[in-house]
Amino acid sequence: MTREVAVLGVGMHPWGKWGRNFVEYGVAAARAAMADAGVEWKDIQFVAGGENIRNGYPGFVAGASIMQALGFQGAQVASTYGACATGSQAISMARAQILAGICDVALVVGADTTPKGFFAPTGGGERTQDPDWLRFRLLGATNPVYFGLYARRRMDLYGDSERDFAQVKVKNSRCAVHNENARYRKAYTLEEVLASQMVSDPLRLLQICATSDGGAALVLCSAEYARRRTTKPVKIAGVSTVTPRYPQTSVEMPNFASDSAAAVRVPDVAFKDSIAKLAYEQAGLGPEDMSCAEVYDLSSALELDWIEHVGLCKQGEAAKLLREGVTALGGAQPVNPSGGLGAFGEAIPAQAIAQVCELTWQIRGQAKGRQVEGARAGVTANLGLFGHGSSVVVKA
Amino acid sequence: MNKTRTPAIEGWFRADEAKPSLLGTRCTGCGSVFFPREETFCRNPACTGTKFEEVELSTRGRLWSYTNNCYAPPAPYVSPKEPFEPYAIAAVELEREKMIVLGQVVPGIGVDQLEVGMPMELVLGTLYEDEKNEYVVWKWKPANG
Repeated sequence: MTREVAVLGVGMHPWGKWGRNFVEYGVAAARAAMADAGVEWKDIQFVAGGENIRNGYPGFVAGASIMQALGFQGAQVASTYGACATGSQAISMARAQILAGICDVALVVGADTTPKGFFAPTGGGERTQDPDWLRFRLLGATNPVYFGLYARRRMDLYGDSERDFAQVKVKNSRCAVHNENARYRKAYTLEEVLASQMVSDPLRLLQICATSDGGAALVLCSAEYARRRTTKPVKIAGVSTVTPRYPQTSVEMPNFASDSAAAVRVPDVAFKDSIAKLAYEQAGLGPEDMSCAEVYDLSSALELDWIEHVGLCKQGEAAKLLREGVTALGGAQPVNPSGGLGAFGEAIPAQAIAQVCELTWQIRGQAKGRQVEGARAGVTANLGLFGHGSSVVVKA
Repeated sequence: MNKTRTPAIEGWFRADEAKPSLLGTRCTGCGSVFFPREETFCRNPACTGTKFEEVELSTRGRLWSYTNNCYAPPAPYVSPKEPFEPYAIAAVELEREKMIVLGQVVPGIGVDQLEVGMPMELVLGTLYEDEKNEYVVWKWKPANG
């Protein structure tokens, strides 16, 4: 029994910072995806919406908000939020509806409008029960603080250097030059990256992703529906939205501490290493089968962690792969051929969907200027705070 | 004009200037330790415990990693000084509890003075002040000896 669904269409609104209503970006992405799929809005039977949390009520019901702007036509809807994993959760919902035979064609869409600067906690007042509020009040632990801790750890454990972290940005920016949806399309030099302002040592401004507006969408359908419309559909073969197993030995955003490993045995596979595993298993593929990967470079150092978590190399070896050119365009397994978050900035509910858009374009051979030669399969990965794993395997 | 030294949050640490410690809780069912304190449900999936006793965590550990804030964090962080002065943040590994705890590093110790693996100890320090109170929070500093 297949667990594959077809990606009939993909679409994005470019990433940027305009402060317009997120619905606008969602509608643009949805229309682009439907046009790409050759389906009409009236044919969509299910909408999976990725929520956003900084735009008030309409963001919490993002699926319906975007449907209302497209014009309500009675299709079923579900909206979901899992921080950075939101897009994969939305894909997971749509896929399940299709595989259960409840619908043939679904739209997955996510969009965000973000404030300037650091992400701050949502809502108002004193929220002493909310770890996301307290980490700012008691520590000033912004997101870059966590990234800085992980980066310093890589330097100490594996001998990674500031130059390695800067090289990730340089490598990815070269791809972004050729991506019309990217916000930052400049090819940076090592010197420029290393000269940018320090934010949370050892990470500098050009090594930490911005916060962005943006929207991305997919039209997913059953294998039979795809067969009637295209001879070579791209398929989603695996989706993972796993959570951690207690005890987690790393300090994860927005927490103050790791779990204690004193009383309960730690899991055999650490959370971040488990995320892509489930997607690979469903797809019947392994990391060695991936032509390319789209992973979450919230900081350029984090890309190195993710390369290891998705199994492209052993723990500690990611910088070696980078230095050997393996993860650059032209290398054996390019990572972030879209340009990554460094070139886009983060539009939370749209990001995991955008990762799948990129892999789809790559597999179709439509990634002009940044094409991974002969791309046949790819993996996405990220994680959302409060324990949300996210990974999708896409294949020809 | 003496301000009152007040914990910035209740119950997370013993506000004893001479011998401060972090306060966690331990599940009476399975012995798992939690910081910040867990009072309702034991987060061990194999345990349905709902009873916890307060425990003091180790006050010394090894520096697992460190970084700093070169820019002022957004609210609800309140800077103790204007203009903002960069400060370091430490992640310290406690051996007995086998857990890593974050904390600000005391003023005057920056990333250049820190090294992964160095011994650290818990102290109290100022988080911020208003007209009446000086709010106090736990901080880490390199341990003596």
